[in-house]
Amino acid sequence: MTATQSEQRRIVYCHCAYARVVKPEVKQVVLDGLANSGVAFDAVPDLCELAARQDPALERLAAGDGPVDVVACYPRAVKWLFHAAGASLPEDGVTIHNMRTDPAEETLAEVLGAASEPQEVSA
Amino acid sequence: MSEVNRPVRVVLDQQDGPAFEPQRRGAVLRSLLEGGYSVTVTGEQRSVSPLDDAELVVLRELDAGSDHDAEATQGGLPVHFRGVAGLDEAAVLEVVEAQGAGRQAADWKPWFPVIDYDRCTNCMQCLSFCLFGVYDVDDEKQIDVANPDKCKTNCPACSRVCPEVAILFPKYKNGPINGDIVQAEDVDREKMKTDISSLLGGDIYSLLRQRHERASSRFSKERDESRALKERKRCLAKLQQNLDIPAEVLDELPSAEAILEKAAAASKSR
Repeated sequence: MTATQSEQRRIVYCHCAYARVVKPEVKQVVLDGLANSGVAFDAVPDLCELAARQDPALERLAAGDGPVDVVACYPRAVKWLFHAAGASLPEDGVTIHNMRTDPAEETLAEVLGAASEPQEVSA
Repeated sequence: MSEVNRPVRVVLDQQDGPAFEPQRRGAVLRSLLEGGYSVTVTGEQRSVSPLDDAELVVLRELDAGSDHDAEATQGGLPVHFRGVAGLDEAAVLEVVEAQGAGRQAADWKPWFPVIDYDRCTNCMQCLSFCLFGVYDVDDEKQIDVANPDKCKTNCPACSRVCPEVAILFPKYKNGPINGDIVQAEDVDREKMKTDISSLLGGDIYSLLRQRHERASSRFSKERDESRALKERKRCLAKLQQNLDIPAEVLDELPSAEAILEKAAAASKSR
């Protein structure tokens, strides 16, 4: 694994598997796009479920070095979900992409695009 | 809530073996995620999250059941290497589950309140309001979602009574309860809607107490239970409509006695 390459961005994808709030076609385009791109990434079934269980996976996802793109839903929800699990996201270097509102192709381009700059979580 | 035997992380490894064909990679990945597994896909250009206490199941596009299948340890934790070439996504899921990493996909929709502490003023309205024991205070006397699994699926009522719009349900259909940005008009609307005093005519527990006393007195005189039931239904219908409470949640409301006990306990703790 390439876990020690601290200068590189990380990608965390949430499949929101236990609800239908993210359109299936959006998830499909984004997930297939990530899978087909050849880049490394982490994918979780459902951030809400991990947070409810206080799953240590959230600590791992929040704790890695370098900037991170979280592909999930509303930034305010994602920020406080991590916090609820005792695994707050870092203040800097986190970009949250909202699959509930943003077009799939746009999200994918932003995540995979080299021009994506880290920015603070804004609620 | 879902059961987890132990933390497991599945790795789709493409660095120490042939790469998964892209379409197959997507299908396998989707199957694992929908089966409830966290997955790390190795590849180029990006890092992945660091190793932790999770046991690893490393899947490679090598012949299933061949010499490539092996057991190892890393940092004292088991690592299972498995070849899955030629297996469809359902069979790959079975390979993962066969490592003793079985876990049920959630049979509980992860529905619970998430507090936005940037907005929360610790007013405890949610604690007072929720009759199912979802909220509590932590050691520092700060409101906390202590029992998320006691929350009633699809019920956002506590977020509607929060005067600061500080309670989120990420899987709710509408903003700002779903985590969307809070606008000034949202605050005004929620305050208006959720001022329990205006909605129910005063402190909810004192009101309930008074109602209980009045009802007891009236029932003892009139013995008109059907009338009381009708009135209760009318009140609950109003509450349901105002706070978007699912009907089945109302069916699970605790008894009047239990509510009064909770009120007494809440009064003592303040």
